[in-house]
Amino acid sequence: MQELATATVIMGGLGAFFGIGLAVAHRFLRVAEDPRLEVVCDQLPGSNCGACGQAGCRAFAETLLQGVNKPSRCSVASPDIVEAIAAFLGVDPGREERRVARLHCAGGLGAARQVAAYEGYASCSAAHLVGGGGKGCAWGCLGLADCDHACDFDAITMNAERLPVVNVDTCTACGDCVTACPRDLFEILPIGHALLVQCKAPLEGEAARAVCRVACDGCGRCAADAAPGLIRMDNNLPIVDYSAGGPARANATHRCPTGAIRWVPGGQFEAAPAPTLTGDHLD
Amino acid sequence: MLTVHTQSFAHGVHPEELKEQTVGLPVARLPFVDRYVLPLSQHAGAPSEPVVQVGDQVQRGDVLARPGGFVSTTLHSPVTGRVRALAPRKHPNGQMVAAFEIEADPFATQQLPRREPLDWAAMELDAFVEQVQRAGLVGLGGAAFPTHVKYRLPEGRRCEHLVINGCECEPYLTCDHRLMLERPAAVIRGIEIVSRLLGADHSTIGVELNKPDAIDALRAACHGRTDITVTGLAVKYPQGAEKMLIKALFDREVPAGKLPLDLGMIVNNVQTMAGIADYFDDGKPLIERMITVAGPGIERPANLVVPIGTSVRAVLEYCGLRAETRQVVMGGPMMGQALASLDAPVLKGTSGLLAFTEAAIHHDVEYACVRCGNCLEACSNLLNPQKLARLARGGRLDELEQACVNDCMECGACTYACPSGVPIVHLIRTAKATLRRRKGSR
Repeated sequence: MQELATATVIMGGLGAFFGIGLAVAHRFLRVAEDPRLEVVCDQLPGSNCGACGQAGCRAFAETLLQGVNKPSRCSVASPDIVEAIAAFLGVDPGREERRVARLHCAGGLGAARQVAAYEGYASCSAAHLVGGGGKGCAWGCLGLADCDHACDFDAITMNAERLPVVNVDTCTACGDCVTACPRDLFEILPIGHALLVQCKAPLEGEAARAVCRVACDGCGRCAADAAPGLIRMDNNLPIVDYSAGGPARANATHRCPTGAIRWVPGGQFEAAPAPTLTGDHLD
Repeated sequence: MLTVHTQSFAHGVHPEELKEQTVGLPVARLPFVDRYVLPLSQHAGAPSEPVVQVGDQVQRGDVLARPGGFVSTTLHSPVTGRVRALAPRKHPNGQMVAAFEIEADPFATQQLPRREPLDWAAMELDAFVEQVQRAGLVGLGGAAFPTHVKYRLPEGRRCEHLVINGCECEPYLTCDHRLMLERPAAVIRGIEIVSRLLGADHSTIGVELNKPDAIDALRAACHGRTDITVTGLAVKYPQGAEKMLIKALFDREVPAGKLPLDLGMIVNNVQTMAGIADYFDDGKPLIERMITVAGPGIERPANLVVPIGTSVRAVLEYCGLRAETRQVVMGGPMMGQALASLDAPVLKGTSGLLAFTEAAIHHDVEYACVRCGNCLEACSNLLNPQKLARLARGGRLDELEQACVNDCMECGACTYACPSGVPIVHLIRTAKATLRRRKGSR
């Protein structure tokens, strides 16, 4: 009976001691945290993609509470969720335009000239290292799906032309494909910027058309046809600058001899999926 | 006197030598063609800066571009002719890079203007380094690292030992072998110049024992000299790598991340030595080099002196390119790269052109790694290639760095040894490139 009492006293004493300790710590060492942070974190998608420019969703939520960012800065959350967060915090949801990843190349298997067969490890960065893959164009899409593998949102599929098709509805503009592409072909652009230059080859005239059917040959007609200042030619490629020019209209593309500059209000390419390559998931 | 080391470095592989096609062929000259393409970046380091304009007339050996920094070198015209363009041209690595296009003058004699021999014996080391940079010399074994950079000794460092690499451990290639056989005096002369100016006490030439005639020729050329030793080494790949060569010759290891100079040594290729002799005695800068053209896709294999900038297509057609050729490799079969375009030029670092037919190409079917450990046995840097390959495939860059991926010199011994056909070196190279890009973007 004595042992039982001793154990109870010791355990009870320890419990009381640590309980008081915790209570004191809670009282004096408390870090005040906005109770709204947890709520906002729960509402955010939690994908930690980094598209908003913050380290993750929690960091983004903190900037929301501080009023540094607007809820619409999160490109993953649906408009309903953005509205809900804005209503909860009592702030303006903001009007960030949706941004998506755009590919500056349209030279798929049918358009770009093949000069060699690449048989090595099926990855764009690997092919880029050895002879630059099989395409005659040294700037174009290699078609080995590094961007597809890098995309955490399954927003990229390879089509039969072996070009990546970005699903503009699921793309969150996180920028993983931009880093994955060894040829820097992806750019994150507002979806309203529908005038796209789908080529990155700084070649001119015959030299450009020799490597790809849809290459930009640097003729400059688009720059002449568009609103003044909207398009300027740089290194034989048109640069579309929405901030500098007048209204963007589709007529800039009308006289393009190869179709390198296009008016793309939605997704870029035909989305017929191609069979996935085998052998790249071994080990 | 005759010291034969049968010792070698640790690990490594024994690929079939396949040198019989060209080993008996004296070096010939490739006739001049009408067009030369010279990329401004043919060496490791900063690209050269153009000094001539489009439309200028240039003489053979004239400077086209000056060094763009200390780790950079001079580019000379390989022919007398006219500068037709300075524009993006195909580089063997598949990129389009700024390059000079020179149109050869069909009526020129292509004689190199006679220059007075340089009085090297009276030179200071700094002046010598500058002269070597002016010669446009790079490591001719394949890495194309500017030679003069090795010769600038940091404060308090001394080069005690000049090590000359005559291993030529890549299969098929025989141009270094022919050079040692046909011009041993030039090699010895180059060693004499470099070792005197660097103040080296001793020079050792390492030659693999499958070239006994080259060993004899070099020994005859340096007969009676006590400061130069010619050492025969057991045949093994990659013995031509500078750290392996030092291990094989002196049984000393260059620590990871260090240079041979940290052990008081400088390693050069035999062709580089002949290049030094040519520049200091005859005033001939690096405007041409010896290459081996071989492989089952070639009708008339040859060892050729080729002006730098000649297109690969011109060289192969001269040697009779068979229609069945399916793959052309620049360099040796172990470290060389398959070319995507035959319009790419021969560069300063090109040691050979190999053409393979369908039957000679090994189409790897990749199986899962069976953890047999062959790659560990093969790796002369004592790395764990299968681990590196696995991490590279998973994109685990930080772990790769911890596993010393940057010590890998991409010699290809692991891929050669792999029974499962895992493209180990290719995976590692890809990961290293990604690491470099990540570093650059930070």
